Amino acid sequence: MQALTSATIELCDIEKSFGSVQAVRGVSLRIAAGAITGIVGENGAGKSTLMSILYGLYRADSGDVRVDGRPVEMASPRDAIAHGIGMVHQHFMLIDSFTVLENMILGAEGGPLLAGGLAAARTELARLAREYGLSIDPDARVADLSVGEQQRVEILKVLFRGARILILDEPSAVLTPQETDRLFRILRTLKERGVTVVLITHKLREIMAVTDHVYVMRQGRVVAERRTADTDSEELAELMVGRKVRLDLDKALPRHGKVVLRAEQLSLVDERGVRLLDDVALELRAGEIVGIAGVTGNGQSELLQVLAGIRPPSGGRLTVGERVFDARHHGSPAEMRTLGLAHVPEDRLRQGMVAAFEASETSILGYQDEPPFTRHYLLDGSAVGAHCSDLMERFDVRPRSPGLRSSHFSGGNQQKLVLAREIARRPRVLLVGQPTRGVDIGAIEFIHHELVRARDAGCAVLVVSVELDEILSLADRILVMFAGRIVGEVEPGRADERTLGLMMAGAQAA
Amino acid sequence: MRPAYGPLPAWAEITLLPLINIVLAFLVVGAIVAVIGVDPLHALRLLVVGALGSPESIGYTLYYATNFAFTGLAVAVAFHAGLFNIGGEGQAYIGGLGCGLAILALGRWLPAGLMIPVGIAAAALFGAAWAAVPGWLQAWRGSHVVITTIMFNFLASALMVYLMVNVLIAPGSMTPQSRGFEPSGQLPALPGSPLNLSIALAVGCCFAVWVFLWRTPWGYALRTMGHNPEAAVYAGTNLRRMTMLAMGLSGALAGFVGVNELMGVHHRIVLDFPAGYGFAGIAVALMGRNHPLGIALAALLFGALQQGGAELAFEIPSITREMVVVIQGLIILFSGALVHLPRPWLQFLLARRA
Repeated sequence: MQALTSATIELCDIEKSFGSVQAVRGVSLRIAAGAITGIVGENGAGKSTLMSILYGLYRADSGDVRVDGRPVEMASPRDAIAHGIGMVHQHFMLIDSFTVLENMILGAEGGPLLAGGLAAARTELARLAREYGLSIDPDARVADLSVGEQQRVEILKVLFRGARILILDEPSAVLTPQETDRLFRILRTLKERGVTVVLITHKLREIMAVTDHVYVMRQGRVVAERRTADTDSEELAELMVGRKVRLDLDKALPRHGKVVLRAEQLSLVDERGVRLLDDVALELRAGEIVGIAGVTGNGQSELLQVLAGIRPPSGGRLTVGERVFDARHHGSPAEMRTLGLAHVPEDRLRQGMVAAFEASETSILGYQDEPPFTRHYLLDGSAVGAHCSDLMERFDVRPRSPGLRSSHFSGGNQQKLVLAREIARRPRVLLVGQPTRGVDIGAIEFIHHELVRARDAGCAVLVVSVELDEILSLADRILVMFAGRIVGEVEPGRADERTLGLMMAGAQAA
Repeated sequence: MRPAYGPLPAWAEITLLPLINIVLAFLVVGAIVAVIGVDPLHALRLLVVGALGSPESIGYTLYYATNFAFTGLAVAVAFHAGLFNIGGEGQAYIGGLGCGLAILALGRWLPAGLMIPVGIAAAALFGAAWAAVPGWLQAWRGSHVVITTIMFNFLASALMVYLMVNVLIAPGSMTPQSRGFEPSGQLPALPGSPLNLSIALAVGCCFAVWVFLWRTPWGYALRTMGHNPEAAVYAGTNLRRMTMLAMGLSGALAGFVGVNELMGVHHRIVLDFPAGYGFAGIAVALMGRNHPLGIALAALLFGALQQGGAELAFEIPSITREMVVVIQGLIILFSGALVHLPRPWLQFLLARRA
C-alpha cells in the first residue's frame, strides 16, 4: 500500500467522442511523478473527459494509457485504483448521514463484520492524518462538516484506498477563498510526501499558485504545455480562450430607477426552530446590481429561495412590483415569475434544470405554460426547439444541440443555458445565485457582461456569490450577510477584501 | 452503473435490445420445457398457433392485450411522475364497480350512444378516486404510495366481495354476481371472441398518454417532478396537486380494465375480474420502457403469451397452468430485470461495425 514513489502516467493519442461530439481529439500528455500537474481549459475543452478516461470511468475510442511506460487497461475505476490512481470528484461522493470513518470504509469494509474494518480504518486514518497533515474527527457525521472538511474527507478516502496519484476535478468550485488556500497547503504537503497530483481547473490563480507544470486544453486538444514558472495568467488565459481576454469588467455608472423589490423585516425559521433569516431588509432598484457577499451558509441561499417564492417567509413583508407578500399570503415561484421576477438558482443541476431532459426542454423550465411554447393546451415542439436554438446562439452555448441531454453539457454551458432562459424573459428583477460557480474564464467574462447588460436595460439584479472578486467587480452596492442578517452595506469603490472579509466573519464594521 | 460504453443508437434501444431479450428468454424457456420432456419446438409452435393461428385466437390475444395496455399505461404515467403505483389491481376492480353501477342504474333509460360513454367515464372516475386516496396520503401525509396502493388492493377486494355477496347480488341468484346489463350497456364485440370496442379505447389511451406526457405543459411538469422534484418546485409546479393528478390519471387508466371485462365480456359485475392484470401492468410498463408505443407492443406480447399459454396448457397435459406462469415469468425477467444483460456486447458489436 505504501509505495514511496508514484508512477509516471502517460496518455498517448487519446480520442473520445460522445455521439457526434468529439470531446477529446488526439491528446497526449505526461504526468510526472511527485509533481503537481495542472490541466487548464474552458468548460467543454475535454479536461474532465480525459481524466475520466484515466480513471476508467469512460473508455477511450483509441489511444492508450501508460503507467511507467507500460500500456495498461483502465476498464473501470477498480483498475485505476489498482494502479494507485484516485479521483476526488467535483460533486462529493459521500453519504451525509454516515460518520467520516464509515464513509472511509465504504466499498472496503474488510469482512462481514464492520468492527474489524472500522478499527483498522481508525488507525490508518490517524496515520494518514499525521503524515499528510489532514486532521479530521473520524466520528463526526459528514452532514455536520463544512464543505472544506468534506473535501478533506474525500481526499482522505482516496489516500485510504492506497492512491499515490490524486486527480482533483475543479476542487475549489465549492470552496471559500480561505478554504481554497487551505486546500493548496494540503496539496503542497502531499507533493512533499511524494504524491502525484493532477489538478483540473479553469482558475488561473490556482494554476499559478500550486502547479509545477501545466497543460492547456482547448476544444479537445492540448494546445500548449508550459512550466508554471515560465508562464503567467495572461498567457494562459489567451491560450485557453484562443484570443485576448479582459479579466476586468468595464461598466458604466448605474442609472437608478424606482424600487422594484423591497424586503422588510423578512425572517425565516425552519422546522427545528433555527433562525435562517433574521430581520432582513433590502431594496432593489431598477438598473442596479446589488451583490450579497458572505461565507456559504449564512442565509444567502435561503434569502434567494424566499425572494423567489420557493420557501414562504416566517415573518416580514416582501414587495415585488405592486404586490405585497407576507408569511400568510406568500407568493409561489409561478406567481413571482408573472410579476417579472426571474431566478437563476445557485445549484443549477438540482434546481435550475432537469439533467435527463433535452436542452430544449430545460430551456422552457418554469415557462412551459406560456405562449409560444404552449398553444391550445399543447406544447409546440418546434417553437420550443427554435427558442432553445435562439438562446444557444445568443448566449454561445456549446454544442448548439437543442436535442442533447442537459447533463451532457459542461457546467459553464449549462449555466449559460439557464441564464439565457431567465434573461431572455427581460425580467424586472433577476436573482442570480453563484453566477459563475464551476464556470471557466471565457464564460465568466460573458456571463458578467450579460448581467451588466441586463442591468443597463433597466433590470434590478441581485447577485449572491461566494467569490469576492466577482461581487467586487459586478456590484454597484454590496450587502454583507452573516448569520442570517445583513450586517452592512459597502460601496465597491471603498470596499477592499480585508474589510469585507472581516464583516463576513461577523466582526461589525464601523 | 458503469458508463464505460456509450449509449446504444435509438433504433437498437427500442427494437434490437427487446428482441434479443425475448430470444434469450425463449432459449431458457425451451431448455426448461425440454427438461420436463416436451419438444421445445413443438411447444413453441403450439404457443404461436394458439395465440395467432385463427381469427378466434387473435381475438383472444387482442382482448388480453387490451387489459395489459390499460394497466401498463397506468403504471407508466405514475412512474413518469416518480410514483410507483402498485395498486392497478384495486383500481381496475373499483373502476369496474363504477361502470357497473352506472349501467345498472341508468341502462334502462339511456341509449347505447349515451350509456357507453357514461359507463367509461364512471370507470375512469371510480378508478381515479381509488388511486387518489393513496395519492392524497402521499402528498399531504408523506405515506409512501407503494405501501398504501398495495393495501388499497386488499381493501378493494374485500369491499367488492362484501358488495357482491350482500348488496349487488342478483335476486334469487346463488352466485355472487349482479343482474345482467341492459344491451345499451354492452360494448359491441366480435362474434366468437371476447374482443370488443375497448381495444379502440386502449389504442386511444396510448395515443392520449403520449400526447399528454410529451406534448402538454402538464405532462412536462409531471415528468419534471418525476426526474427532479426540486426543479419542479423551482419551475412553479405544485407537487401535491401534481401527485394527485398523476395518481388520478393512473387510476383512471387502470379502471378501464373494468370497461373491457364488464361492459365488453361479462355484461354484469362479477368477482375477481382483474385477475392479476394490475400487477402484470408493472411488467408491461417495464418492458415497454414506460413509453406508450413500447407498452402497446409489450401488451400484445403479453396478450399472445396469455392466450398461447392457455392453448399450450390445454394441448400438452405436462405443461400445466403453473408452467405457463413460469414461462411468462421468465420473459418478464429477461425483458425487465435482466434487460441490460446483452447491452455491453451489443454495444461492442455496433461500435465495431460503425
